[in-house]
Amino acid sequence: MSFLEVLYFIIPSAIFYAAPLIMTAIGGVFTERSGVVNIGLEGVMIMGAFSSIVFNLTFADSLGAWTPWIALLVAMLTGIVFSLFLAVAAVSFRADQTVAGVALNMLGLAVAVFAVKMLYDKGQTDSISERFSRFDIPGLKSIPILGEMFFTDVYATSILAIMIAFVAWFIIYKTPFGLRLRAVGEHPMAADTMGVNVTKMRYIAVMISGALGGIGGAIYAQAIAGNFSQSTISGQGFIAIAAMIFGKWHPLGAMGAALFFGFAQSLSIVGASIPVIKDVPEVILLILPYVLTILALAGFIGKARAPRASGTPYIKGKR
Amino acid sequence: MSKHMTNILVPLISILLGLIVGAIVMSLSGFSPIDGYIALWNGVFGDSYNLGETIRQITPYIFAGLAVAFAFRTGLFNIGVEGQLIVGWLAAAYVGYAFDLPKIIHIPLALLAAAVAGGLWAFVPGLLKAKLQVHEVIVTIMMNYIALHVVNASIATLSDGAEKTEKIHESASLRSPFLESITDYSRLHWGIIVAIIAVFVMWFLLEKTTRGFELKAVGFNQDASEYAGMNVGKNIILAMVISGIFAGLGGAMEALGTFGNISKLTGFTGIGFDGIAVALLGANQPFGVLLGAILFGSLKNGGLNMPNEAGIPMEIVSIVTALIIFFVASGYIIRVTLERLSKKKKEEK
Repeated sequence: MSFLEVLYFIIPSAIFYAAPLIMTAIGGVFTERSGVVNIGLEGVMIMGAFSSIVFNLTFADSLGAWTPWIALLVAMLTGIVFSLFLAVAAVSFRADQTVAGVALNMLGLAVAVFAVKMLYDKGQTDSISERFSRFDIPGLKSIPILGEMFFTDVYATSILAIMIAFVAWFIIYKTPFGLRLRAVGEHPMAADTMGVNVTKMRYIAVMISGALGGIGGAIYAQAIAGNFSQSTISGQGFIAIAAMIFGKWHPLGAMGAALFFGFAQSLSIVGASIPVIKDVPEVILLILPYVLTILALAGFIGKARAPRASGTPYIKGKR
Repeated sequence: MSKHMTNILVPLISILLGLIVGAIVMSLSGFSPIDGYIALWNGVFGDSYNLGETIRQITPYIFAGLAVAFAFRTGLFNIGVEGQLIVGWLAAAYVGYAFDLPKIIHIPLALLAAAVAGGLWAFVPGLLKAKLQVHEVIVTIMMNYIALHVVNASIATLSDGAEKTEKIHESASLRSPFLESITDYSRLHWGIIVAIIAVFVMWFLLEKTTRGFELKAVGFNQDASEYAGMNVGKNIILAMVISGIFAGLGGAMEALGTFGNISKLTGFTGIGFDGIAVALLGANQPFGVLLGAILFGSLKNGGLNMPNEAGIPMEIVSIVTALIIFFVASGYIIRVTLERLSKKKKEEK
């Protein structure tokens, strides 16, 4: 296989695996920017994956090709409702955010598997019939080299994920809402003094992360997994958190990191058929995202700094 | 209402709320909560076999709870117990089958190997926290996944591509024909004694030694500890390592007691994460952890009986556990409610 052929093979696959990570990582950027740590993104993704698959299986006959897209909306709503658990506990009840996030992960997996066993009398759903499909982008696909690399056989979900990253960048850095969001995450008391409603901002941010995490889970389930079981989402939520950190809490950085981690994931899956890569032990590719995140945090790849107020509940009047 | 009283009431109310919401979930799904909880109860205490299995399940929970609690007392959040536990599991299993030694040396050596493995795994986040102020939560989560993949790869290498390692030699086993015979051939093993000793060790370490005092002081206020001449960085690393040692020993219980080997893991065991619940419920006190481990270990094992006896998926137990964590973590709101209630009572009087 020539080098170019390897790229034709691996780049679409990397983007394909990155889409759910981008979505969820952007969700993470929103919460952390508002000062709430969301360790529970894994649980949110599980709920998104679960709800989209159940919806898809139930309505595929009547909705046809639109099913996965409507299931995406269902997953988004599920994610929002589910993330409210974290918002209520962490923002209103002043619970330890990390602990609440851990509980969210546990709850997500338990509720989803419980419901699947209830609905289907088994631990794993059937495979869905209506998946996200690929298409060629007219015009762009005829560009030499790049056309084949980026614009043929693409998933609309991948385009959606990349668009969301740019929209998130615009919202966070170019709108009054984004300015308030960042202020609340850096110095909630100052923001409060200037009339920003800290509680409201944090609720909105957590709900956005629920929406995007839910969509991320749904994309993973309907484009990659094709069904739902206990192990459908196994660590993608945490890789997304890793991407958020590796991307230094910036939407576009998170997108870049997610693409890179998607690349690592796809290498570990399709790498066996590529020369050079197939000699690298699989375990190296599997642990790569996590090792890189630790190195990034340690400052070896540029210092990653969390928003200052991230992880602390805001209590009015307390200095 | 006294502060002491609220401290005991908050976890009790949380457990109660968790069970009530669990009951609501069961009735909404068309099950009878009463049948469900009876099945749970029978799964815990029903007969001597179930009781033996429950105590066996409690054993690693004690270690996981101690690990989380010990780190918490020093102001550290160790979510990496899961990873430290599985590297400890692998280390103990390896020493268990790779060496031929008399029992009196073999068991302590296997435990030591697990402790070292767990301790080393926790040393990395400890070092990064102490030297570079990297937050330990993210590092320990990443270390969990690294542990999972590395351990699976090691199992494949050690066993020439098989799914599990060889069984440990009899000389390294904590299993006991006596304990098995009195519990109708459950997998109950001597590990529970080791776990209870560990509870006392943690209590002694924290309450009766200078080192323990320093560790707690660093947990309360780093600046004050620094000013008083304590080496904050060293204490942070030490606390993480000790926490990892407890976690690694928890893994050894699975290797030397319950399973006798380690099989390829498709996902996390969940023991490490449940350890957070155990520590939280036990207010990070060694004896509190013991009680927390008894509760969550019982729930976990009792839950296995629910599909058989009541037809309810056992995940209901994880739902209840997660809810209990939520409620304990949201203790602030329970405290406020309790205070308001007791004030009202006073006014009425």
